[in-house]
Amino acid sequence: MGVGITVEHLNAFYAKTQALFDVNIIVAANHATALIGPSGCGKSTFIRCLNRMHETIPEARVEGSVRIGDLSVYNGTSATQLRRRVGMVFQKPNPFPTMSIYDNVAAGLKLNGFRNRKQLDEVVHKSLQASALWDEVKDHLHKKSGASLSGGQQQRLCIARALAVQPEVLLMDEPCSALDPISTGKIEELIFQLKEQYTIVIVTHNMQQAARVAEFTGFFLLGKMIEFDKTEKIFTNPSDKRTEDYVTGRFG
Amino acid sequence: MPATNSNPAAVLIPEVSVPPISLRRRVTDHVMTAVSVLTVALVLLPLFAIFAYLVYKGIGSINLAFLTQTPKPVGEPGGGMANAIVGSMVILGIASLLGVPLGIGAGIFLSEYGRNRYGDIVRFVSDVLNGVPSIVIGIVAYGLVVMRQKHFSALAGGVALAIMMIPTIARTTEQMLLLVPQAIREAAYGLGVSRWRTTLSITLRTATSGVITGVMLAFARVAGETAPLLFTAFGNQFWNWKTDQPTAALSLQIFSYAISPFDEWHRQAWAGALVLIILIVGAVAAVRIAVRHGTLAGA
Repeated sequence: MGVGITVEHLNAFYAKTQALFDVNIIVAANHATALIGPSGCGKSTFIRCLNRMHETIPEARVEGSVRIGDLSVYNGTSATQLRRRVGMVFQKPNPFPTMSIYDNVAAGLKLNGFRNRKQLDEVVHKSLQASALWDEVKDHLHKKSGASLSGGQQQRLCIARALAVQPEVLLMDEPCSALDPISTGKIEELIFQLKEQYTIVIVTHNMQQAARVAEFTGFFLLGKMIEFDKTEKIFTNPSDKRTEDYVTGRFG
Repeated sequence: MPATNSNPAAVLIPEVSVPPISLRRRVTDHVMTAVSVLTVALVLLPLFAIFAYLVYKGIGSINLAFLTQTPKPVGEPGGGMANAIVGSMVILGIASLLGVPLGIGAGIFLSEYGRNRYGDIVRFVSDVLNGVPSIVIGIVAYGLVVMRQKHFSALAGGVALAIMMIPTIARTTEQMLLLVPQAIREAAYGLGVSRWRTTLSITLRTATSGVITGVMLAFARVAGETAPLLFTAFGNQFWNWKTDQPTAALSLQIFSYAISPFDEWHRQAWAGALVLIILIVGAVAAVRIAVRHGTLAGA
Protein backbone atom coordinates (compact mmCIF):
# COMPACT_ATOMS: atom_id res chain seq x y z
CA MET A 1 0.00 0.00 0.00
CA GLY A 2 1.08 3.56 -0.57
CA VAL A 3 2.05 5.95 2.18
CA GLY A 4 1.81 9.70 2.51
CA ILE A 5 4.69 12.15 2.18
CA THR A 6 5.26 15.19 4.38
CA VAL A 7 7.80 17.79 3.31
CA GLU A 8 8.71 20.67 5.63
CA HIS A 9 10.97 23.64 4.94
CA LEU A 10 12.86 21.94 2.15
CA ASN A 11 15.79 23.86 0.67
CA ALA A 12 17.99 22.32 -2.01
CA PHE A 13 21.30 23.53 -3.42
CA TYR A 14 23.64 22.82 -6.31
CA ALA A 15 27.01 23.94 -4.92
CA LYS A 16 26.26 27.61 -4.12
CA THR A 17 23.10 27.94 -6.21
CA GLN A 18 19.85 27.48 -4.32
CA ALA A 19 17.31 25.54 -6.41
CA LEU A 20 14.47 25.10 -3.92
CA PHE A 21 13.23 27.63 -1.37
CA ASP A 22 11.30 26.50 1.69
CA VAL A 23 8.99 23.97 0.05
CA ASN A 24 6.18 22.58 2.21
CA ILE A 25 3.78 19.95 0.95
CA ILE A 26 1.70 17.01 2.14
CA VAL A 27 1.18 14.30 -0.46
CA ALA A 28 -1.83 12.04 0.12
CA ALA A 29 -1.32 8.28 0.15
CA ASN A 30 -2.72 6.28 -2.77
CA HIS A 31 -3.32 9.30 -4.92
CA ALA A 32 -1.50 10.81 -7.86
CA THR A 33 0.02 14.22 -7.30
CA ALA A 34 1.24 16.22 -10.27
CA LEU A 35 3.92 18.89 -10.21
CA ILE A 36 3.80 21.50 -12.95
CA GLY A 37 5.77 24.63 -13.76
CA PRO A 38 8.10 26.07 -16.40
CA SER A 39 11.48 24.50 -17.19
CA GLY A 40 14.11 25.02 -14.53
CA CYS A 41 11.60 25.80 -11.77
CA GLY A 42 12.77 23.01 -9.47
CA LYS A 43 10.16 20.27 -10.07
CA SER A 44 12.76 17.63 -10.89
CA THR A 45 15.07 18.77 -8.10
CA PHE A 46 12.15 18.48 -5.69
CA ILE A 47 11.21 14.98 -6.76
CA ARG A 48 14.87 13.92 -6.55
CA CYS A 49 14.98 15.13 -2.96
CA LEU A 50 12.25 12.65 -2.07
CA ASN A 51 14.45 9.61 -2.72
CA ARG A 52 17.80 11.28 -2.05
CA MET A 53 18.85 11.17 -5.71
CA HIS A 54 19.66 14.86 -5.46
CA GLU A 55 22.73 14.20 -3.32
CA THR A 56 24.29 11.84 -5.91
CA ILE A 57 25.28 14.99 -7.81
CA PRO A 58 28.65 16.35 -6.63
CA GLU A 59 28.34 19.29 -4.23
CA ALA A 60 24.54 19.10 -4.10
CA ARG A 61 22.90 19.28 -0.68
CA VAL A 62 19.52 19.45 1.02
CA GLU A 63 18.12 21.13 4.15
CA GLY A 64 14.80 20.54 5.81
CA SER A 65 12.68 17.50 6.59
CA VAL A 66 11.02 14.87 4.43
CA ARG A 67 8.95 12.06 5.89
CA ILE A 68 7.68 9.17 3.83
CA GLY A 69 5.20 7.16 5.86
CA ASP A 70 7.01 6.60 9.15
CA LEU A 71 10.42 7.03 7.56
CA SER A 72 12.44 10.17 8.18
CA VAL A 73 14.30 10.56 4.88
CA TYR A 74 17.11 12.85 6.01
CA ASN A 75 17.49 11.55 9.52
CA GLY A 76 19.12 8.19 10.04
CA THR A 77 17.73 6.33 7.03
CA SER A 78 20.21 4.95 4.54
CA ALA A 79 19.67 6.08 0.96
CA THR A 80 19.61 2.51 -0.34
CA GLN A 81 16.98 1.41 2.20
CA LEU A 82 14.87 4.44 1.34
CA ARG A 83 15.07 3.91 -2.42
CA ARG A 84 13.74 0.37 -2.08
CA ARG A 85 10.55 1.93 -0.73
CA VAL A 86 10.48 4.92 -3.07
CA GLY A 87 10.72 3.84 -6.70
CA MET A 88 11.60 6.19 -9.54
CA VAL A 89 10.88 6.41 -13.26
CA PHE A 90 13.09 8.81 -15.19
CA GLN A 91 12.48 11.24 -18.00
CA LYS A 92 14.34 9.21 -20.59
CA PRO A 93 13.83 5.45 -20.55
CA ASN A 94 17.03 3.96 -19.11
CA PRO A 95 16.90 0.16 -19.25
CA PHE A 96 20.16 -1.65 -18.47
CA PRO A 97 21.45 -2.18 -22.01
CA THR A 98 23.37 -5.40 -21.42
CA MET A 99 20.54 -7.15 -19.58
CA SER A 100 17.65 -9.19 -20.96
CA ILE A 101 14.10 -7.97 -20.45
CA TYR A 102 13.74 -10.45 -17.59
CA ASP A 103 16.97 -9.37 -15.90
CA ASN A 104 16.03 -5.72 -16.23
CA VAL A 105 12.85 -6.29 -14.25
CA ALA A 106 14.54 -8.63 -11.77
CA ALA A 107 17.59 -6.35 -11.35
CA GLY A 108 16.40 -4.50 -8.24
CA LEU A 109 15.78 -7.75 -6.36
CA LYS A 110 18.74 -9.70 -7.73
CA LEU A 111 21.28 -6.97 -7.04
CA ASN A 112 19.99 -6.72 -3.50
CA GLY A 113 20.71 -10.39 -2.94
CA PHE A 114 17.31 -11.97 -3.68
CA ARG A 115 17.88 -15.30 -5.39
CA ASN A 116 14.70 -17.40 -5.19
CA ARG A 117 14.15 -18.29 -8.85
CA LYS A 118 10.49 -19.21 -8.56
CA GLN A 119 9.53 -16.06 -6.71
CA LEU A 120 11.59 -13.96 -9.12
CA ASP A 121 9.66 -15.45 -12.06
CA GLU A 122 6.44 -14.55 -10.31
CA VAL A 123 7.53 -10.99 -9.53
CA VAL A 124 8.75 -10.39 -13.09
CA HIS A 125 5.48 -11.70 -14.50
CA LYS A 126 3.33 -9.58 -12.18
CA SER A 127 5.42 -6.43 -12.68
CA LEU A 128 5.32 -6.69 -16.46
CA GLN A 129 1.57 -7.29 -16.30
CA ALA A 130 1.14 -4.26 -14.05
CA SER A 131 3.07 -2.10 -16.51
CA ALA A 132 1.01 -3.47 -19.43
CA LEU A 133 4.05 -4.86 -21.21
CA TRP A 134 3.71 -8.59 -20.54
CA ASP A 135 1.82 -9.53 -23.70
CA GLU A 136 4.33 -7.75 -25.92
CA VAL A 137 7.47 -9.30 -24.44
CA LYS A 138 6.47 -12.63 -22.88
CA ASP A 139 7.93 -14.66 -25.77
CA HIS A 140 11.46 -13.26 -25.57
CA LEU A 141 12.00 -12.39 -21.93
CA HIS A 142 15.45 -13.95 -21.86
CA LYS A 143 16.51 -13.62 -25.48
CA LYS A 144 16.13 -9.91 -26.09
CA SER A 145 17.94 -7.02 -24.48
CA GLY A 146 15.96 -4.28 -22.76
CA ALA A 147 17.52 -1.82 -25.18
CA SER A 148 15.99 -3.58 -28.18
CA LEU A 149 12.46 -2.43 -27.28
CA SER A 150 10.79 0.71 -28.64
CA GLY A 151 10.90 3.91 -26.58
CA GLY A 152 7.39 3.46 -25.17
CA GLN A 153 8.06 -0.17 -24.35
CA GLN A 154 11.35 0.76 -22.69
CA GLN A 155 9.58 3.23 -20.46
CA ARG A 156 7.01 0.61 -19.45
CA LEU A 157 9.92 -1.77 -18.83
CA CYS A 158 11.42 0.84 -16.51
CA ILE A 159 8.09 1.13 -14.71
CA ALA A 160 7.98 -2.66 -14.31
CA ARG A 161 11.54 -2.58 -13.02
CA ALA A 162 10.57 0.03 -10.41
CA LEU A 163 7.44 -1.90 -9.39
CA ALA A 164 9.34 -5.18 -8.97
CA VAL A 165 11.07 -3.84 -5.86
CA GLN A 166 7.56 -3.34 -4.42
CA PRO A 167 7.87 0.30 -3.39
CA GLU A 168 5.22 2.28 -1.54
CA VAL A 169 5.80 5.48 -3.47
CA LEU A 170 6.46 5.87 -7.18
CA LEU A 171 8.19 9.05 -8.37
CA MET A 172 7.83 9.81 -12.08
CA ASP A 173 10.00 12.54 -13.58
CA GLU A 174 8.32 13.52 -16.85
CA PRO A 175 7.84 9.87 -17.77
CA CYS A 176 6.13 10.62 -21.08
CA SER A 177 8.23 13.46 -22.42
CA ALA A 178 10.13 11.20 -24.82
CA LEU A 179 7.07 9.22 -25.94
CA ASP A 180 4.48 9.43 -28.70
CA PRO A 181 0.78 10.03 -27.88
CA ILE A 182 -0.13 6.31 -28.01
CA SER A 183 2.59 5.29 -25.55
CA THR A 184 1.72 8.31 -23.43
CA GLY A 185 -1.90 7.17 -23.32
CA LYS A 186 -0.83 3.72 -22.18
CA ILE A 187 1.31 5.11 -19.40
CA GLU A 188 -1.42 7.45 -18.22
CA GLU A 189 -3.83 4.54 -18.09
CA LEU A 190 -1.22 2.72 -16.08
CA ILE A 191 -0.89 5.58 -13.59
CA PHE A 192 -4.63 5.36 -13.07
CA GLN A 193 -4.41 1.71 -12.11
CA LEU A 194 -1.21 2.04 -10.13
CA LYS A 195 -2.49 4.66 -7.74
CA GLU A 196 -4.77 2.10 -6.13
CA GLN A 197 -1.64 0.53 -4.69
CA TYR A 198 0.99 3.23 -4.76
CA THR A 199 1.38 6.87 -3.93
CA ILE A 200 2.41 8.57 -7.16
CA VAL A 201 4.21 11.86 -7.61
CA ILE A 202 4.52 12.85 -11.26
CA VAL A 203 6.41 15.77 -12.76
CA THR A 204 4.96 16.86 -16.07
CA HIS A 205 5.21 19.64 -18.62
CA ASN A 206 1.89 18.67 -20.04
CA MET A 207 -0.93 20.37 -18.16
CA GLN A 208 -3.59 18.21 -19.77
CA GLN A 209 -1.73 15.23 -18.45
CA ALA A 210 -1.71 16.64 -14.93
CA ALA A 211 -5.44 17.29 -15.22
CA ARG A 212 -6.09 13.76 -16.51
CA VAL A 213 -4.13 11.67 -14.02
CA ALA A 214 -3.73 13.62 -10.79
CA GLU A 215 -6.08 14.44 -7.93
CA PHE A 216 -3.68 17.05 -6.57
CA THR A 217 -1.43 19.48 -8.37
CA GLY A 218 1.42 21.66 -7.21
CA PHE A 219 2.68 24.66 -9.18
CA PHE A 220 6.38 25.53 -8.98
CA LEU A 221 7.99 28.77 -10.05
CA LEU A 222 11.64 29.78 -9.61
CA GLY A 223 12.26 27.15 -6.93
CA LYS A 224 9.20 28.01 -4.87
CA MET A 225 5.98 26.09 -4.47
CA ILE A 226 3.46 28.76 -5.43
CA GLU A 227 0.26 26.83 -4.96
CA PHE A 228 -0.78 23.32 -4.01
CA ASP A 229 -4.36 22.21 -4.17
CA LYS A 230 -6.90 19.88 -5.74
CA THR A 231 -6.17 19.59 -9.44
CA GLU A 232 -9.60 20.90 -10.34
CA LYS A 233 -9.08 24.03 -8.28
CA ILE A 234 -5.63 24.70 -9.74
CA PHE A 235 -6.94 24.55 -13.28
CA THR A 236 -10.31 26.23 -12.87
CA ASN A 237 -10.03 28.63 -9.97
CA PRO A 238 -6.43 29.08 -8.73
CA SER A 239 -5.86 31.38 -5.76
CA ASP A 240 -2.59 32.83 -7.03
CA LYS A 241 -2.35 35.14 -10.01
CA ARG A 242 0.90 33.48 -11.17
CA THR A 243 -0.73 30.05 -11.22
CA GLU A 244 -3.57 31.41 -13.28
CA ASP A 245 -1.18 33.03 -15.75
CA TYR A 246 0.69 29.77 -16.15
CA VAL A 247 -2.25 27.40 -16.55
CA THR A 248 -3.98 29.74 -18.96
CA GLY A 249 -0.80 29.89 -21.04
CA ARG A 250 -0.02 33.53 -20.49
CA PHE A 251 3.65 32.68 -19.81
CA GLY A 252 5.97 29.71 -19.48
CA MET B 1 -3.89 27.76 -46.41
CA PRO B 2 -1.33 30.23 -47.78
CA ALA B 3 1.58 29.02 -45.68
CA THR B 4 4.15 31.27 -47.34
CA ASN B 5 3.20 34.45 -45.51
CA SER B 6 2.26 32.95 -42.15
CA ASN B 7 5.47 30.95 -41.71
CA PRO B 8 7.27 32.73 -38.85
CA ALA B 9 10.62 31.19 -39.77
CA ALA B 10 10.49 32.90 -43.13
CA VAL B 11 10.26 36.22 -41.37
CA LEU B 12 13.23 35.65 -39.08
CA ILE B 13 15.65 33.79 -41.31
CA PRO B 14 17.00 35.78 -44.27
CA GLU B 15 16.80 33.96 -47.57
CA VAL B 16 20.18 32.74 -48.80
CA SER B 17 21.00 31.17 -52.12
CA VAL B 18 23.07 28.01 -51.68
CA PRO B 19 25.27 27.54 -54.74
CA PRO B 20 24.92 24.23 -56.64
CA ILE B 21 27.59 21.63 -55.91
CA SER B 22 30.48 22.64 -58.10
CA LEU B 23 32.83 20.42 -60.04
CA ARG B 24 35.65 21.44 -57.69
CA ARG B 25 33.74 20.16 -54.65
CA ARG B 26 32.91 16.88 -56.35
CA VAL B 27 36.57 16.38 -57.31
CA THR B 28 37.70 17.24 -53.77
CA ASP B 29 35.22 14.70 -52.43
CA HIS B 30 36.68 11.91 -54.55
CA VAL B 31 40.26 12.90 -53.85
CA MET B 32 39.70 12.92 -50.09
CA THR B 33 38.02 9.52 -50.23
CA ALA B 34 40.98 8.17 -52.18
CA VAL B 35 43.45 9.69 -49.71
CA SER B 36 41.74 8.08 -46.72
CA VAL B 37 41.61 4.69 -48.44
CA LEU B 38 45.31 5.07 -49.23
CA THR B 39 46.24 5.87 -45.62
CA VAL B 40 44.31 2.82 -44.41
CA ALA B 41 46.27 0.73 -46.91
CA LEU B 42 49.54 2.28 -45.73
CA VAL B 43 48.71 1.40 -42.14
CA LEU B 44 47.66 -2.15 -42.92
CA LEU B 45 50.46 -2.89 -45.39
CA PRO B 46 53.32 -3.30 -42.87
CA LEU B 47 51.07 -5.48 -40.72
CA PHE B 48 50.30 -7.86 -43.57
CA ALA B 49 53.86 -7.68 -44.85
CA ILE B 50 55.26 -8.71 -41.47
CA PHE B 51 52.76 -11.51 -41.08
CA ALA B 52 53.32 -12.78 -44.62
CA TYR B 53 57.10 -12.70 -44.20
CA LEU B 54 56.83 -14.53 -40.87
CA VAL B 55 54.71 -17.23 -42.45
CA TYR B 56 57.14 -17.47 -45.39
CA LYS B 57 60.20 -17.77 -43.14
CA GLY B 58 58.72 -19.70 -40.25
CA ILE B 59 56.15 -22.15 -41.55
CA GLY B 60 58.78 -24.57 -42.88
CA SER B 61 60.28 -25.08 -39.41
CA ILE B 62 57.00 -25.65 -37.59
CA ASN B 63 56.43 -29.35 -37.15
CA LEU B 64 55.40 -31.70 -34.39
CA ALA B 65 58.90 -31.77 -32.89
CA PHE B 66 59.01 -27.97 -32.76
CA LEU B 67 55.76 -27.91 -30.81
CA THR B 68 56.50 -30.85 -28.48
CA GLN B 69 60.27 -30.93 -27.83
CA THR B 70 62.73 -28.84 -25.86
CA PRO B 71 65.76 -27.22 -27.54
CA LYS B 72 68.60 -29.50 -28.68
CA PRO B 73 72.26 -28.59 -28.06
CA VAL B 74 74.12 -26.74 -30.79
CA GLY B 75 74.90 -28.98 -33.76
CA GLU B 76 72.17 -31.49 -33.12
CA PRO B 77 69.33 -31.04 -35.61
CA GLY B 78 65.66 -30.95 -34.56
CA GLY B 79 64.34 -29.99 -31.17
CA GLY B 80 61.70 -27.36 -30.53
CA MET B 81 60.31 -24.66 -28.32
CA ALA B 82 57.59 -26.55 -26.47
CA ASN B 83 58.94 -25.46 -23.10
CA ALA B 84 59.05 -21.84 -24.24
CA ILE B 85 55.47 -21.98 -25.57
CA VAL B 86 54.23 -23.32 -22.24
CA GLY B 87 56.52 -20.95 -20.33
CA SER B 88 55.11 -17.94 -22.21
CA MET B 89 51.59 -19.08 -21.40
CA VAL B 90 52.47 -19.48 -17.70
CA ILE B 91 54.17 -16.08 -17.49
CA LEU B 92 51.33 -14.36 -19.36
CA GLY B 93 48.82 -16.17 -17.15
CA ILE B 94 50.53 -14.87 -14.02
CA ALA B 95 50.78 -11.38 -15.54
CA SER B 96 47.06 -11.38 -16.39
CA LEU B 97 46.04 -12.71 -12.97
CA LEU B 98 47.93 -9.88 -11.30
CA GLY B 99 47.57 -7.10 -13.85
CA VAL B 100 43.95 -7.39 -15.01
CA PRO B 101 42.23 -7.10 -11.59
CA LEU B 102 44.60 -4.35 -10.46
CA GLY B 103 44.25 -2.46 -13.73
CA ILE B 104 40.45 -2.70 -13.79
CA GLY B 105 40.33 -1.78 -10.10
CA ALA B 106 42.44 1.31 -10.76
CA GLY B 107 40.22 2.18 -13.74
CA ILE B 108 37.11 1.92 -11.55
CA PHE B 109 38.72 4.19 -8.97
CA LEU B 110 39.64 6.77 -11.61
CA SER B 111 36.21 6.87 -13.22
CA GLU B 112 33.86 6.42 -10.24
CA TYR B 113 35.80 7.86 -7.30
CA GLY B 114 38.72 9.72 -8.86
CA ARG B 115 37.18 12.95 -10.11
CA ASN B 116 39.46 14.85 -7.71
CA ARG B 117 43.12 15.51 -6.90
CA TYR B 118 43.85 11.92 -5.88
CA GLY B 119 42.50 10.78 -9.20
CA ASP B 120 44.65 13.32 -11.04
CA ILE B 121 47.74 12.04 -9.24
CA VAL B 122 46.94 8.42 -10.12
CA ARG B 123 46.25 9.40 -13.75
CA PHE B 124 49.58 11.22 -13.99
CA VAL B 125 51.56 8.40 -12.39
CA SER B 126 49.81 5.88 -14.59
CA ASP B 127 50.66 7.79 -17.76
CA VAL B 128 54.28 8.10 -16.66
CA LEU B 129 54.41 4.37 -15.90
CA ASN B 130 53.12 3.73 -19.41
CA GLY B 131 56.16 5.54 -20.78
CA VAL B 132 58.79 3.83 -18.64
CA PRO B 133 61.12 1.69 -20.80
CA SER B 134 60.28 -1.98 -20.44
CA ILE B 135 63.82 -2.87 -19.40
CA VAL B 136 63.45 -0.56 -16.40
CA ILE B 137 60.25 -2.40 -15.45
CA GLY B 138 62.34 -5.58 -15.66
CA ILE B 139 64.85 -4.12 -13.17
CA VAL B 140 61.97 -3.24 -10.82
CA ALA B 141 60.67 -6.81 -10.94
CA TYR B 142 64.26 -8.02 -10.44
CA GLY B 143 64.47 -5.94 -7.28
CA LEU B 144 61.01 -6.87 -6.05
CA VAL B 145 61.01 -10.60 -6.70
CA VAL B 146 64.36 -12.00 -7.94
CA MET B 147 66.49 -10.38 -5.22
CA ARG B 148 64.19 -11.74 -2.54
CA GLN B 149 63.81 -15.23 -3.98
CA LYS B 150 67.52 -15.32 -4.85
CA HIS B 151 66.79 -16.81 -8.28
CA PHE B 152 65.01 -16.06 -11.52
CA SER B 153 61.42 -17.24 -11.88
CA ALA B 154 58.22 -17.23 -13.94
CA LEU B 155 56.66 -15.26 -11.10
CA ALA B 156 59.22 -12.46 -11.50
CA GLY B 157 58.52 -12.37 -15.26
CA GLY B 158 54.79 -12.28 -14.60
CA VAL B 159 55.19 -9.41 -12.13
CA ALA B 160 57.22 -7.42 -14.66
CA LEU B 161 54.62 -7.89 -17.40
CA ALA B 162 51.75 -7.20 -14.96
CA ILE B 163 53.30 -3.82 -14.07
CA MET B 164 53.36 -3.02 -17.78
CA MET B 165 49.72 -4.06 -18.24
CA ILE B 166 48.28 -2.02 -15.37
CA PRO B 167 48.45 1.54 -16.78
CA THR B 168 47.00 0.57 -20.16
CA ILE B 169 44.14 -1.37 -18.58
CA ALA B 170 43.49 1.32 -15.97
CA ARG B 171 43.22 4.16 -18.47
CA THR B 172 41.10 2.28 -21.00
CA THR B 173 38.81 0.98 -18.24
CA GLU B 174 38.42 4.54 -16.98
CA GLN B 175 37.53 5.82 -20.46
CA MET B 176 35.05 3.00 -21.06
CA LEU B 177 33.31 3.49 -17.69
CA LEU B 178 33.02 7.23 -18.33
CA LEU B 179 31.15 6.41 -21.55
CA VAL B 180 28.39 4.68 -19.56
CA PRO B 181 25.59 7.26 -19.26
CA GLN B 182 24.91 8.65 -15.78
CA ALA B 183 21.25 7.71 -16.34
CA ILE B 184 22.18 4.01 -16.17
CA ARG B 185 23.84 4.49 -12.77
CA GLU B 186 20.85 6.51 -11.56
CA ALA B 187 18.49 3.75 -12.65
CA ALA B 188 20.34 1.35 -10.35
CA TYR B 189 20.52 3.83 -7.45
CA GLY B 190 16.78 4.38 -7.89
CA LEU B 191 16.20 0.68 -7.25
CA GLY B 192 18.01 0.88 -3.91
CA VAL B 193 21.18 -0.72 -5.25
CA SER B 194 24.28 0.38 -3.37
CA ARG B 195 27.09 2.27 -5.05
CA TRP B 196 29.67 -0.53 -5.11
CA ARG B 197 27.09 -3.01 -6.43
CA THR B 198 26.04 -0.54 -9.11
CA THR B 199 29.65 -0.05 -10.13
CA LEU B 200 30.37 -3.78 -10.40
CA SER B 201 27.08 -5.16 -11.70
CA ILE B 202 25.77 -2.27 -13.78
CA THR B 203 28.46 0.18 -14.84
CA LEU B 204 31.31 -2.29 -15.35
CA ARG B 205 28.97 -4.78 -16.98
CA THR B 206 27.64 -2.19 -19.39
CA ALA B 207 31.21 -1.28 -20.36
CA THR B 208 32.40 -4.91 -20.58
CA SER B 209 33.24 -5.04 -24.27
CA GLY B 210 35.30 -1.85 -24.11
CA VAL B 211 37.11 -2.95 -20.96
CA ILE B 212 37.96 -6.27 -22.60
CA THR B 213 39.37 -4.43 -25.60
CA GLY B 214 41.71 -2.61 -23.22
CA VAL B 215 42.70 -5.84 -21.51
CA MET B 216 43.42 -7.52 -24.84
CA LEU B 217 45.47 -4.54 -25.99
CA ALA B 218 47.59 -4.70 -22.86
CA PHE B 219 47.89 -8.48 -23.15
CA ALA B 220 48.98 -8.39 -26.78
CA ARG B 221 51.46 -5.65 -26.03
CA VAL B 222 53.26 -7.48 -23.22
CA ALA B 223 53.01 -10.92 -24.85
CA GLY B 224 55.89 -10.07 -27.17
CA GLU B 225 58.03 -8.25 -24.58
CA THR B 226 61.57 -9.56 -24.24
CA ALA B 227 63.52 -6.97 -22.28
CA PRO B 228 61.58 -7.21 -19.00
CA LEU B 229 62.01 -11.01 -19.04
CA LEU B 230 65.80 -11.01 -19.53
CA PHE B 231 66.62 -10.89 -15.84
CA THR B 232 63.31 -11.98 -14.37
CA ALA B 233 62.11 -15.16 -16.12
CA PHE B 234 65.64 -15.54 -17.52
CA GLY B 235 64.83 -18.44 -19.87
CA ASN B 236 65.42 -22.15 -19.58
CA GLN B 237 66.55 -24.88 -21.99
CA PHE B 238 64.50 -27.52 -20.22
CA TRP B 239 60.98 -28.18 -19.02
CA ASN B 240 60.03 -26.37 -15.88
CA TRP B 241 56.63 -26.47 -14.23
CA LYS B 242 57.48 -24.52 -11.10
CA THR B 243 56.61 -20.83 -11.00
CA ASP B 244 59.58 -20.08 -8.72
CA GLN B 245 62.21 -21.42 -11.14
CA PRO B 246 63.81 -19.88 -14.24
CA THR B 247 61.33 -20.32 -17.08
CA ALA B 248 61.59 -20.26 -20.85
CA ALA B 249 59.57 -17.78 -22.86
CA LEU B 250 59.06 -17.57 -26.60
CA SER B 251 60.31 -14.00 -26.84
CA LEU B 252 63.50 -14.88 -24.93
CA GLN B 253 64.06 -17.98 -27.03
CA ILE B 254 63.55 -16.00 -30.24
CA PHE B 255 66.03 -13.40 -29.01
CA SER B 256 68.78 -15.85 -28.09
CA TYR B 257 68.30 -17.91 -31.27
CA ALA B 258 68.18 -14.84 -33.50
CA ILE B 259 71.53 -13.49 -32.25
CA SER B 260 73.16 -16.92 -32.52
CA PRO B 261 75.43 -17.74 -35.49
CA PHE B 262 73.59 -20.94 -36.47
CA ASP B 263 71.26 -21.21 -39.46
CA GLU B 264 69.17 -23.92 -37.80
CA TRP B 265 68.53 -21.65 -34.81
CA HIS B 266 67.68 -18.74 -37.10
CA ARG B 267 65.01 -20.88 -38.75
CA GLN B 268 63.65 -21.86 -35.35
CA ALA B 269 63.58 -18.20 -34.28
CA TRP B 270 61.36 -17.40 -37.29
CA ALA B 271 59.10 -20.30 -36.40
CA GLY B 272 58.96 -19.13 -32.79
CA ALA B 273 57.94 -15.63 -33.87
CA LEU B 274 55.17 -17.07 -36.03
CA VAL B 275 53.91 -19.26 -33.17
CA LEU B 276 53.95 -16.27 -30.81
CA ILE B 277 51.85 -14.15 -33.18
CA ILE B 278 49.41 -17.02 -33.72
CA LEU B 279 49.08 -17.49 -29.95
CA ILE B 280 48.33 -13.79 -29.41
CA VAL B 281 45.81 -13.64 -32.26
CA GLY B 282 44.24 -16.87 -31.01
CA ALA B 283 43.92 -15.60 -27.44
CA VAL B 284 42.38 -12.28 -28.52
CA ALA B 285 39.97 -14.03 -30.92
CA ALA B 286 38.94 -16.58 -28.28
CA VAL B 287 38.10 -13.87 -25.76
CA ARG B 288 36.16 -11.88 -28.38
CA ILE B 289 34.11 -14.92 -29.39
CA ALA B 290 33.43 -15.82 -25.76
CA VAL B 291 32.19 -12.29 -25.07
CA ARG B 292 30.03 -12.15 -28.18
CA HIS B 293 28.51 -15.48 -27.25
CA GLY B 294 27.20 -13.98 -24.01
CA THR B 295 25.69 -10.92 -25.69
CA LEU B 296 21.95 -10.50 -26.20
CA ALA B 297 20.08 -9.56 -29.32
CA GLY B 298 19.87 -5.79 -29.61
CA ALA B 299 22.39 -5.13 -26.85
